[in-house]
Formats: sequence, structure tokens, C-alpha cells
Amino acid sequence: MDLTAAAPEVFLALAICGLLLVDVFLRDDQRRVTYYLSIVALIGAAATSAYYMPETSIVAFDGSFVADPAGTVLKMVAYLTVAVVFLYSRDYLEASGLMKGEFFLLSLFGLLGIMVLVSAHNLLTLYLGLELLALSQYALVAFNRESRISAESAMKYFVLGAIASGTLLYGISLLYGLTGTLELPALAAQFTAPGGVGVATLLALAFVLVGVAFKFGAVPFHMWLPDVYHGAPTPVTLYLGSVSKVAAFALAWRILVEALGPLHDSWRDMLIVLCVLSLAIGNVVAIVQPNLKRMLAYSTISHVGFIFMGFIAGTEEGVEAAMYYTVVYVLMAAAAFGMIILLSRKGFEAENLDDFKGLNARSPWFALVMLMIMFSMAGVPPFVGFYAKLVVLGAVLDVGLTWLAAVGVLFAVVGAFYYIRVVWYMYFAEATDTAPLFPGGDMKLVLSANALALLVLGVFPGGLLDLCARVL
Amino acid sequence: MTSWPLLSIVIWLPIAGAVAVLALGSERAALGKQVALAVSVLTFVLSVPLYTGFDTTIAGLQFIERVPWIERFQAYYYLGVDGISLPLVLLTTFLTPIVVIAGWQVIKLRPAQYFASFLLLEGLMIGVFAAADALLFYIFWEAMLVPMFIIIGIWGGPRRVYATVKFFLYTFLGSVFMLVALIYMYLEAGTYEIAAFHMLPLGMTAQTLIFIAFLLAFAVKVPMVPVHTWLPDAHVEAPTGGSVILAAILLKMGGYGFVRFSLPIAPDASQSLAWLMIGLSLVAVVYISLVALVQRDMKKLIAYSSIAHMGFVTLGFFVIFGIVARSQATDGALLALQGGMVQMISHGLVSGALFLCVGVLYDRLHSREIAAYGGVVNTMPKFAAFAVLFAFANVGLPGTSGFVGEFFVILASFQADFWIAFLAATILVLGAAYTLWLVKRVIFGDVANDGVASLQDIGGREFFMLAVLAVGVLLLGVWPAPLTDVMSPTLGALLDHVLQSKL
Repeated sequence: MDLTAAAPEVFLALAICGLLLVDVFLRDDQRRVTYYLSIVALIGAAATSAYYMPETSIVAFDGSFVADPAGTVLKMVAYLTVAVVFLYSRDYLEASGLMKGEFFLLSLFGLLGIMVLVSAHNLLTLYLGLELLALSQYALVAFNRESRISAESAMKYFVLGAIASGTLLYGISLLYGLTGTLELPALAAQFTAPGGVGVATLLALAFVLVGVAFKFGAVPFHMWLPDVYHGAPTPVTLYLGSVSKVAAFALAWRILVEALGPLHDSWRDMLIVLCVLSLAIGNVVAIVQPNLKRMLAYSTISHVGFIFMGFIAGTEEGVEAAMYYTVVYVLMAAAAFGMIILLSRKGFEAENLDDFKGLNARSPWFALVMLMIMFSMAGVPPFVGFYAKLVVLGAVLDVGLTWLAAVGVLFAVVGAFYYIRVVWYMYFAEATDTAPLFPGGDMKLVLSANALALLVLGVFPGGLLDLCARVL
Repeated sequence: MTSWPLLSIVIWLPIAGAVAVLALGSERAALGKQVALAVSVLTFVLSVPLYTGFDTTIAGLQFIERVPWIERFQAYYYLGVDGISLPLVLLTTFLTPIVVIAGWQVIKLRPAQYFASFLLLEGLMIGVFAAADALLFYIFWEAMLVPMFIIIGIWGGPRRVYATVKFFLYTFLGSVFMLVALIYMYLEAGTYEIAAFHMLPLGMTAQTLIFIAFLLAFAVKVPMVPVHTWLPDAHVEAPTGGSVILAAILLKMGGYGFVRFSLPIAPDASQSLAWLMIGLSLVAVVYISLVALVQRDMKKLIAYSSIAHMGFVTLGFFVIFGIVARSQATDGALLALQGGMVQMISHGLVSGALFLCVGVLYDRLHSREIAAYGGVVNTMPKFAAFAVLFAFANVGLPGTSGFVGEFFVILASFQADFWIAFLAATILVLGAAYTLWLVKRVIFGDVANDGVASLQDIGGREFFMLAVLAVGVLLLGVWPAPLTDVMSPTLGALLDHVLQSKL
């Protein structure tokens, strides 16, 4: 059996097993070894992916798995983001007594789930990857045992997530019953055949879509998202807010485009409803959040609305736009949660907006970093967030949905308010907290690089855009 | 033509200067200030060859730079200036050193960030005027909001946060719809080149929607009634330098947008909606002048006066259809366009100077209330001379630059409709009323209080910046030919293009 198609997955699985063994024998004060080995595992996985970079789609394991260029790019983004998550989290975890091997191992297991999901060529493989990711995340949210609020949000996440998974699985079973296949292209071929769309198909579609919408956190399936973001330890929120968006995109792409693409006319209107609701609720509710983690949770919901726009267009450009938006969002979210970690210290979570007051006086550079992140999220050029909005708007305008583009930009303006409020707190308000910033130099360096990437990719957006266009 | 990429230099030099000043930080702010001044003066010097090397017989773009930028969108890093944008670029490079000088001793809080913001703003503003690619234009247009947001928010007055958030959201709201229109035209034309947009055949519905999208963006910037309410707040709360840049250059972007985008891209929609534009312009001229009359705050009064004067600009741009319909000749229409453009430049100088004058007083007594002053001429004679000169220019007295633009527009408007010209001409009366009344209450009369009695007259720094502006105002007033010569071919070509229906 040829395993090369899944070489990165195999490598990472083996690496995780090795890490598990090593971690058992480490004392608590040696936990950094796990950290370094995790980074090594990520680099190894990235190298494996790069070495086995597929030129075209390679279907393996009896049609249940596919290695394709787009998947490899998404995996690369995931490796990079997980590495950044670990880097941002290390000092915070050590300071708050949470430096445990579980954090790294569960995160890597989640990453493995993402990789399987990204490379799924069969709805069962897809589900397998999704559940591996979801289970790791449930555990990650609860991983601070001392915190009641973490436990509460993990419970919420688990119950609602299980329902969503069940819904998705039910939709998949309906599809199987209707078509007799679980392979993505075979499904697409079945639905391309002439003959109207039956009620049963629509039902299956609705169930699948609910599952996808839940994983994205699209309104009205968003209720878990703010509570989980708020309750989870900040490094875990960072993980949820950034890395798992790659999975959400891959899920929607594999199911909606590759398997159910021919049914675009049927799911498009459902997605439009989800999109408009997400834009509206996400942006409006974010305005009244005094807690930055909650604000970013609602901001995520609104960004999901924009990502959906790409799928709504349904064209090749639309999917590329959605992918580009996702990658850009992951970059921005990682930096934003990184800023929260930067300002936090032992026994203190800088998760309230007030904690950012007067940051310009404390650290002009990191105020500027946060300014770049916020303006990028608001979609103000020359930051990269602008191009993300530009491509999705272009995609929906191209298919004649001018009104949807108008709704999108209108809510982008609403959203701009809460982003610039952060800037106003940093620059125009007096500091309430004057403690020096604590974490080490490498985190500051990476965070700065992360924010500067938003600017550089904004001034020279061509490369990433072309990459997304080439691989899809 | 030189082979130097002059436009790129005048855009990126200030931006690089901003980074340098920022890197020096507040500890070495004194050095930072000198760097800022040096960079802004150097930028001005480098922008002079743009004028001397400009061929005034060509209507099209000159000093073109064009390299591929985002190939996926067919977007180019495409710069060039023509008779419309060159004067505005020069206005920007001319005023920025003055703004830097104006903040020289006054800014105590985070000086490095202050001067860096203005340099950044300068580069971005020049970029707006020089961009010949719509995407590049939009990037500069929006990016400008960031430093302006910071300038008003950090160094502004007591209600600065309210003012700056309002400013940001208003302008952002206006421009996102323009973005939708630009993307739409990109999808039609397959390129972001503005010249290609001009040639794009568009139906009446598309033209109308595009016109409205542009109107939202540009009307907020100009600002036109009823979306003008951000301006008085922003002006009152902004620091002096911010007010100068706002009044002198930012507002001009709205007017520039109308001639660069709205008129040539949607000529038929412009024609059919010209009544709306003329109506709003006249409301601005008459109603806002009356509002200015009752202001108690000097900055607010000048802010309202700005809105009224910018009403003249939009009037000049949109009255052309009426003129052509009535007279069948394009001479009058060309005069109206020229009047609008000259008015923009002149207002840039005059309003900038007036805000500087208010700044001079504010730095001394920390009050903008008219009632807090009186008899300033007794203690500050040199300052009073300048203030009175700029006030006369604001009124439009012959011999000052204010006269030229207003006279052109009123003269041309007569060819369209007597009543339009009549209402437009009320600015001469109302403008004189509020401006001269302001002068009377602040400058003349007996010394009103101890504060005024203790005033020191302007020093060399302030004298220099006001004198430079005074020379500009007088020069354009008596001899506007250098300005109109540059504009004429471009405006003539624009007029020919606009009068050809796209339907």
C-alpha cells in the first residue's frame, strides 16, 4: 500500500505518538521540551508536505483520501498557525501554571484532524477528521481544570457540537441513502444528472448545511461561539479563532463545492440567509461587548458572513475568494488574540477593552501593531483585510448579487465602529493599567512580524491571491 | 520631461520620512521635527519640477509611471498628473511644510507621532491625486483615514473622540459604496484603469447607480448638505494643523472625485441629476452661509464658510449642462469648470490661512470663542493685517484668489439661469457679512479684556507661514493665468467627453 499521499498525516501521527511517550517522562519544569518537540514536529510535517507536494489531485485509499495542491496549501497555513499559536502561548502558559503537555498534544491531534478533513475525498473521512478536531477542541477548552467558566463553556461546546455533528452525520446518511455513494465526485456526478431536486435531497442538504454552519459559527447557529471564546483559556481561544477556521473552510469547500456543487441553486439561498444574518448579528452585537474576546467572537461571526459570500457566488473565483479570505482571517485572528496574550500576565487576563486603554503610552509599537490588526479587520486599505473583502465582493458582484454586496459593505461600516473603538481606547484614552508588557522577546518578534505581514500582504497582495487562484 | 519617477518620489518620500520620524520616537522628538520639516520642504522642492516640466498644451496624463502591481486584477501601479490633479498635488506639497511649521512649538504631546502622521498623510494625499488606477486610488483614499483619525483623536479638542469617530464613520460609509461601484466597473471593463472607466459604455440605470455611489463618497468629503455635519465637529476639535489639512486638501478630494470619476464616467446620469447637485450646492451656499452667520466659535464659523465655498465648486462642475443647453456653446461651460477648480485651489489657501490665524489666537488664549476676543489689532498689529487680508480673500474681494473662482462661476451660471446665478451671488453678500462681522468682533474695536491686552504679536515662525500664504493668495488673485493655463487643456477635453452621451 502506497502511503505517500498521506505522508504528512502519517508523519504527524507518528510524531504525536512519540511526543506522548516523551511527555510522560518529563517533569513539570521540563515541559519546554514538549514545546520544542512540538515545533519540531510541525516543521517536520511542513517539510513532508513540501517534499510530497502533489502536482495534481492524487486520490488514494480506494477513493477516500485525496492529496491536492489546495489541500497542501491549507495544511501549510495550518502548520504555520499552530506554530504561531504555540509561540504566543508558551510564556502565558508558564506564567499561569498551565504549561502541560496536553495543550500541545491536543492541539496537534486537532491539527491532524484538520489535515484529514482537508484531504477528505469521502464524506466519512471528512467526518472522521472533523470529529478528531472537535474532540480535541472540547478537551482543550476544558483544559484549565481550576476554572469553572472553562468547564462550563466546554460543556456547552460539547453538547451543542455533538448535536451539530449528529445533524451533519444524519445529512450524510440521507445523502448516502439517496445516492448510494459517499465519494465526493460520485455524489457530484449523481446530482449533475438531469431531473429536479427532490424533497429528500433538500432535506439532506439542509441537515448538512446546519452542520457546516455550526462549525463556522454562522447565525443562527452561533450561540456557542462567544461563550466558548470567552470561557476558554486565551491560548485555546487563539487556537479556536485561527486554526479551526481552516477546517471550517475545508469542510464547506469539500462538501458544498466538491460534492454538492451541482446543487448550488438549492443551497445558495440558504447560505444567503446565513450570510446576511451573520453579518447583521455579528457586527451589531459586537458593538456592545465590553470583553475583547467576546467582541472578537462576534467579529468572527461577521467575517464568516463574508467568507460565505464567496461560496454564495459559487464560481471558481468565489471559492478562491473564500479561501483567500479564510487565510487572511486566520492571520488577523492569530495576531489579535496574540495581542490579548501579550497584555496578559500571571493572574490577569487583558481581555477587557479597558485593558487596552492608553496602550500608546505604554508601548507605542504594540499600539501600532494592534492598530494595524484592527484596521485590517475593518477592511481599511492598505492592510490585507481590505483585499479579502475586495475579492469576495467582486465574486458576488460578478454573479449579479449587487444588493448582497451593498449589505456587506453597509455592515462593514457598522463593524468598523468597534474596531476603531479599540484604536481610540489605545490612542485617545488614559491608561488604567501601567504594568510593563511581560512576555519574552521571541513572542514580541513573531507578533510584530505577524502584524507587519498584514501590511506587507496589503501592499503586495498579488502573491497570495495568485496562490489561492492557482491551487484551486 | 525628466526620467526621474518624480511622482513616486513625492509620494513615498514623505511616507519614508514618517517612518523615520516615528522610529526616532518621542525621546528624540526635536530631531524628528527637523527631519519632518526637511522632508516636507524637500518634497515641495521636488514637486516644483512637476510644474516647470508640465506641458500645458496636452490634455492627458504626464509624468506617467506604470508597472504591473496586482496582475490578477489587471491593476497597475499607475501614476500620472494632468491639469486637474497637478494643482492639487502642488497645493498639498505647498501646505504640508506650513502645517509642520504651525505645529513646531505648540505640539507637546507625542510630537513624533504628530509629525509622522502629517507626513504620512501628505504622501497618501498626493497618491490620491496622482493615481490613474482606480484600485490604487481607492487604497490611498481610504488609507488616508487612518492618520487623520489619529490626528483628530490625539491632538484634538475636548470632544475629539466623538468628532474623529464621526469623521471616520461618515467618510468610510461614503467610500465603501464607491468601492462597490469600482468593482462593478472593473468587472465590466476588465481593468481598474480610470481612463478605461471613462470609455466604458454604460446604460442609464448603471450610470445612475454608479453616480449615486460616487455621490455618497464625494458628497461626504466635499461636504455637501445634508452629509456635512461631520465637518464642523471635526474642524472644531482637530488641532490647527489637522484643520488646515482637512479644509485645504481633504475637502478638495470630493471635488476632485466629481471631475475625475462622476462626470466622465456617468455623463448622462450627471446631466439628469444636475438639478439635484445644483440644488444642494445652492442650499450649501445660501443656507450654510446663514448658519455661519450665527456661530460663536471661530473655527466653526470658518468650517461653515468652507462648506458654503465648496458649494461653489460643485455648482461650477454641474451647472455646465445647463449652460450648454441654453447657449449651445462650450465657452461658458469651460469657464464654470475652471471656476470650480480655481475655487478649490483658492479655498485651499484661504481656509488654510484662516485656520492658521485661529490657531495663532488659540495658542495664546486657548479659546476659540469669538466673545473671548476683541481689539486684537491693538496688541497684534502684524497678525491683524494678515487676518484682515485673508478675511477679504474669503469674501472674494477682487485682487485676491477668492475673487477669481467665484467670479468665474457666477459669470458662467448666468448663461444657465439667472436665478442660479442670483442665489450663488448671495455668497458675496452673506460671505461678506459673516466674515467681516467676525473680523470686526475679533480684530477691531477696543481691547476687550486682560487676555487680549496680554497678547504677544506673531513671531518669525508664524509670520513666515502666514506671509507665504498671503503671497499665494495675492498672486493667484492678480495673475491666475499660471493656474488656468495648466488646467485649460484637460478641462476642455473633459468637457468634450462629458457632453458626449454614453447612451
